[in-house]
Amino acid sequence: MELPALTPQYVLGLAAMLVLVVDAIAPDERKTGLLAAISTLGAAGSAGVSAWFLAAGSGAGTFTAFGGALAVDGLTLFFGVIFGSVAALVSLASYDYVRDEPHRSAYFAMVLLATTGMSLMAAANSLVTGFVALELVSLPAYALVAYLKHDRGSVEASLKYFLIGALSSAILAYGIGLVYAATGAFRFDALASAVVDNPHVAVLGIGVVMIVGGFAFKTASVPFHFWAPEAYEGAPAPVSAFLSSASKAAGFALAFRVFLLAFPSPAFAHMGIPWTVVFAVLAVVTMTVGNFAAATQENVKRMLAYSSVGHAGYVLIGLAALVGPTSSDAFVVGASLAHLLVYGFMNTGAFLFVALVEYWGVGRTFSDYDGLAREAPVACAALAVMLFSLAGLPVGGGFWTKYLLFFGAVKSGLWWLAAVGVVNSALSLFYYSRLVKAVWVNEPDGSLDLRGRPVGIYAAVVAAALGTVVLFVGFNLVSTSAFAAAGALVGA
Amino acid sequence: MLIEALLAVTFVSAFCVLVAPERYAGRLAAVLSLLPLAGSVYAYAAFDGTGNALLGGTPAFETQVPWLSLGSYTVDWHVGLDGVSLPLVVLTAVLTTVAVLAARGRIAERRAPFFALLLFTEASLIGVFSALDFFVWFVFWEFVLVPMYLLIAGYGGPRRRYAGIKFFVYTNVASLVLFVGFAMLVVATPVQSFEFGALAAAIRQGQVHAAFGLSGSALTALAFLALFFGFAVKAAFVPFHTWLPDAYTEAPTPVTVLLAGVVTKMGTYSLLRFNVTMFPNLTHQWALPLALVAVLTVLYGAFAALGQRDAKRLVAYSSIPSMGFVLLGLVASTSYGLAGATFQMVSHGLLVGALFLAVGHVEDATGTRMIEKVSGLGDRMPVAAAVLVAGAFGYMGLPLMSGFAGEFFVFTGSFAAAYAYAPLVTAVAMFGIVVIAGYLLSLLQGVLMGPFEAPVEAIAAASRRDLAPAIALVLLSVGLGVAPGTFMGMIQHAVAGLVGGLGGGL
Repeated sequence: MELPALTPQYVLGLAAMLVLVVDAIAPDERKTGLLAAISTLGAAGSAGVSAWFLAAGSGAGTFTAFGGALAVDGLTLFFGVIFGSVAALVSLASYDYVRDEPHRSAYFAMVLLATTGMSLMAAANSLVTGFVALELVSLPAYALVAYLKHDRGSVEASLKYFLIGALSSAILAYGIGLVYAATGAFRFDALASAVVDNPHVAVLGIGVVMIVGGFAFKTASVPFHFWAPEAYEGAPAPVSAFLSSASKAAGFALAFRVFLLAFPSPAFAHMGIPWTVVFAVLAVVTMTVGNFAAATQENVKRMLAYSSVGHAGYVLIGLAALVGPTSSDAFVVGASLAHLLVYGFMNTGAFLFVALVEYWGVGRTFSDYDGLAREAPVACAALAVMLFSLAGLPVGGGFWTKYLLFFGAVKSGLWWLAAVGVVNSALSLFYYSRLVKAVWVNEPDGSLDLRGRPVGIYAAVVAAALGTVVLFVGFNLVSTSAFAAAGALVGA
Repeated sequence: MLIEALLAVTFVSAFCVLVAPERYAGRLAAVLSLLPLAGSVYAYAAFDGTGNALLGGTPAFETQVPWLSLGSYTVDWHVGLDGVSLPLVVLTAVLTTVAVLAARGRIAERRAPFFALLLFTEASLIGVFSALDFFVWFVFWEFVLVPMYLLIAGYGGPRRRYAGIKFFVYTNVASLVLFVGFAMLVVATPVQSFEFGALAAAIRQGQVHAAFGLSGSALTALAFLALFFGFAVKAAFVPFHTWLPDAYTEAPTPVTVLLAGVVTKMGTYSLLRFNVTMFPNLTHQWALPLALVAVLTVLYGAFAALGQRDAKRLVAYSSIPSMGFVLLGLVASTSYGLAGATFQMVSHGLLVGALFLAVGHVEDATGTRMIEKVSGLGDRMPVAAAVLVAGAFGYMGLPLMSGFAGEFFVFTGSFAAAYAYAPLVTAVAMFGIVVIAGYLLSLLQGVLMGPFEAPVEAIAAASRRDLAPAIALVLLSVGLGVAPGTFMGMIQHAVAGLVGGLGGGL
């Protein structure tokens, strides 16, 4: 019997339902463990199914469902692996983090539902399903940021996130409306043919720019990035990890689908709407703002938040450097996809380390982290691996993806974009190594009193670091599927 | 498979040391560091490579298997050793063992990570020297930064954090620039892999088409400059040397030995592999300006060393002119110049190691590095004094030590180079030797001669175990000086293919 193509999404949705059912019938004392286990296994299972489909070659073709509103191809499955892995790591770490909080079942259910929405975003084949899936991600995300509802920071962050999110959703919906007005189509394949020599250039152009704005919000790119440091800082750290890795990747998944499948760049350049140039500008500004702001932070979580803005800028190279020849387009898109996967591990792990420190109640600034390695060498070694990988040093997969993105930019003729990336990358090494220096080199102020060894967070941090290293040595697994998925998308 | 075995043994050793108990970490690291040493000696004995690995020669112990497929491009795991790289692998293994032995008595806390990081450095250095694919080379080239940064920033002197981050970020910028420059060149060639040999052939044959609005030759020139910048920072040619005095001085002595002995050689080795081998025409065309950089490096480094009052900083500065001599030999593009430069890399590694260890002993015994605060140590610590004298004279080019052989070949080759004013430029650079002799002799005089004076009452006798590594380095330098043919034959064989068609004698 063949499994349905949407199995990864079904697994996630069913796991979310199961969490709610188990909450109603399970005895209280063991409930957290059970909920975390269902959530972790559900997410990991979904990632596993996606990876299995990819390995079996299902990604080579395209399966459509629901009258073509959803489509499963290599890109969908590739992102399915990212979302499932990140959600599994986050659920594992949340076991310790939310153990003493109320409404744990709602927490895990919302994580799973948001993940379902993300993997639907990666499967969207029409602007409408894309928008609905995006809202399925956003609504649980607002609630998750406010999960610590007696913590002012958490509530304030959620409010900001919600207001800006609502605004950007409105802009996105308006943009979709304008595109529909100009073309009369929602489905990507229909759009692709309807935009060629479309007479309503102005309406279509404004619509596309508004859609770009909606994606900029979801991916925390400039100019809609300013919610990110606030939301990531105020949210519970596992939620920050989830949003900055998976939610960002989901935004890019939909952006790649929309801009590669529905809005072919040659047709738009022909009409005088060169959206690749818009993305090139966004890439430069986003990586520069993110990295320069990160370099000036004193608060570790804010530093990671701005660094995640910077990484959105690197990934935007994939949309900026689309110049036509299929081989170079496929290369740069493939590098972007691979970067999002590796980023899913290294960035999630870094935020989960912050979750560990919050669990210990040590403090939030760099100087509070001084000398942590003396007490927790394993977690700090994992942190060093992930931070150096984020900086693009060859201890983790981040090395390959960063240099492949630069190589892809050069290959597309945008050497100046690679040059901007170089400046940013050098700067990022400065602030990432500052954190490594704090935990490994600096002496602790007083005596560090670390309360206990939270097994779940520890396991998640170490697993993320191992994943980062494995993706370095075994990068071929990533690159093969990423370049194949990108090739199919670009060639379509 | 020998290279893979060397790398695997070194990495596994590093992990073993990392998890070893603090008390046994040093002893375990010393024993385990003998394995790659033995492996590199075996590689020397069993070496059967011919020619230059990039120019159609047969490298020894070669492996080539596909690693990554990136759309139309492929990255191969391609490693092998030829006459240029093998001596540097041996040097790496020797100096790592020396550094581990020298560190045993010096590092008091967090010993396990320290020794593990030394072994990680060794593994990545072996990787740099044996890589025959650009990405394999780049992986190891960048990986070196991680353990080096942690060693400097975690275990160094009072300004170690500043020195560490300066080294880290500055050399990372250099790597990024050389990457983008080289990437621009690679995409303009028809080659769809990153294999050194294929790229060298394409670039040498001028198969670089116009791209980025630049002609093929302009693009080649740009890549040459980007690569030169990247390697000049690593090798610390003036004016790209500013990270060096801080890093050398602040790093703990065993780390300085590795840093000065091998890490800077990555820069000169890669200069030979990339610029000289892949761009022979440009090297020849720009030989004069490059030689002037070499002369500037020699004279600036020598005069700067002359003004130092801190013995360790003096030795740090004195290592700059030696890199200038290497550059002088490389740009000469003559057989003697290229072979002499490669030989000088090995020789300088041994001698600078001995000097830093001797100065380290003086510091340990007297508690200061300031030259004016100590004198008359010659008869109080005779063995350390002997090492210091031997190292200094080796630096000055005393015959029958390796420094003489290296510098003799470099100067002979450089005099015969084909570029304009080559003899004049060489003569000016040779004047640097006089300055070097000047400050080294004044160092010896200040520290070893005269009435005894030191901030401490009595000098504790150094144990034989502490002195053995430095003595070994001096003996190896003498051995290479007496029998330069140990390496010279294979080096000359490997660089012979680079000389053809460029003119110049010798």
